[in-house]
Amino acid sequence: MKMEKKIGIFSKILQETYVWEILRGLGITMKNLLFSRKVTIQYPEERRFYSDRYRGVHYIKATNGVENCTACMLCPTVCPAECIHIEAGEREDKEKYPVKFEVDVLRCCFCGMCEEACPKDAIKLSAIYEMSTSYRQVYDKSFLLEQRGGK
Amino acid sequence: MDATDFIWMGTKIFFLVAILLQVVPIMVWVERRGSALMQNRLGPNRVGPLGLLQSLADVVKFMWKEDPIPGHVFGGYYLLAPLISLVPAFMTFAVIPFAAPIVLEGRVFTFQVADLNVGLIYVLSLASLGVYGIIMAGWASRNKYAMLGSLRSSSQMISYELAMGFAIVGIVMLFSSVKLGEIAAQQGTLFAWGLPRWGIFLQPLGFLIFLVTIFAETNRLPFDLPEGESELVAGYHLEYGSMKFAMFMMAEYLNMLTASGMLVTLYLGGFQLFPGLPSLLSWIQQWYPSEILRVLFEMGSFGVKVAFVMWVFVWVRWTLPRFRYDQLMELGWKVLLPLSLVNVLVTAFFINCGWI
Repeated sequence: MKMEKKIGIFSKILQETYVWEILRGLGITMKNLLFSRKVTIQYPEERRFYSDRYRGVHYIKATNGVENCTACMLCPTVCPAECIHIEAGEREDKEKYPVKFEVDVLRCCFCGMCEEACPKDAIKLSAIYEMSTSYRQVYDKSFLLEQRGGK
Repeated sequence: MDATDFIWMGTKIFFLVAILLQVVPIMVWVERRGSALMQNRLGPNRVGPLGLLQSLADVVKFMWKEDPIPGHVFGGYYLLAPLISLVPAFMTFAVIPFAAPIVLEGRVFTFQVADLNVGLIYVLSLASLGVYGIIMAGWASRNKYAMLGSLRSSSQMISYELAMGFAIVGIVMLFSSVKLGEIAAQQGTLFAWGLPRWGIFLQPLGFLIFLVTIFAETNRLPFDLPEGESELVAGYHLEYGSMKFAMFMMAEYLNMLTASGMLVTLYLGGFQLFPGLPSLLSWIQQWYPSEILRVLFEMGSFGVKVAFVMWVFVWVRWTLPRFRYDQLMELGWKVLLPLSLVNVLVTAFFINCGWI
């Protein structure tokens, strides 16, 4: 009987002074340190998985080396950020084509509406997301034509 | 004092300062890696093996950074403050013994820079000197947030110094000496139930109080009130940059190191070997009857103990949340101070009865 009372007081002291709880907390952090799975992605070597629907750097599709674009001006019309600038021209075979096709990526909000509006499947957004530069980049036609990423 | 003494003293000082300076980058690395691993991250692991050279890279960065002095500060005090907080942190380690004295050709070589006969009081006085650096930094910055941080810090350190002093009184009564070398040497014998006569077994309450107070004295979490991003921007080092800021950081880690050294010397047996190691030592000494081996063993034991206490600092930091300021003061004045007085009384009673 007396023994039980002693244990009760002892455990009460442990509880009141938080000593036991602090030790338990230390145990939890140590458990995390030793056994938990680390969530860090080692970026340049390891990459996070992005779905195919990711909207990254723009590109223009080409068939047989000729761009699909017919300079119909649907994409600059629909673009909410007004970042696409097209100058239309005429080819030998009387077909309309873009002489100049520029995407001002700094203004682009990657909404993907150009992609949806395009009747010829010409402008597309690839899954490439590394596009940091040290200058104000404007994607011109030759850059867009290098088929970037086969989305 | 002849030439040998001078050379021996110089060697000790050189090695001690070198080791103290090396501990800071290693501790920064341990802190960053340890905290990262506890939070399921990896931490710095790019520079050098396991990221060990990260601290070195940081040092290089600190040295090459521009070192501007804001226009509105008190020039002299502003420059003096980092030095004043750094120097006592170095000086405290002078009295901490890291091995028992050795006798070679009739000459006694001590393994502490100075075995002062007022060792403990010297440590306490230097520990309170460290507050001046923080007050100066806050005052000379002429910035209300830095000022508030330094005020908090100084009141916190001064209130916890009381409890720390009273916790140490128990140890002084037990070993009836304030010489740290003697205190450590007296912990070598055995206590009841085969336990070594370490301070932690003789003074468990005193150990607990001292452990809590050194956390407060070194401004570490859960008592890192002087620094607070949300309410004080940064704290007393708000107006400091580059190397001067690094000196405050170094002072913090060196204070941790001296605090761990004190804790080990007073409560964890100092340089005394771990239980079981003395028999191993005597077994090896059958072939190598050398005193140097004993010194190495003792230094190793001291190092392991200090490293463990340093790890506890890091470990606790990333486990416990911060205290509120009123809670901190309440803990210091209403709990730890009375408890330390009770500890002194109980120790006096036990000594009077001859039980310990």
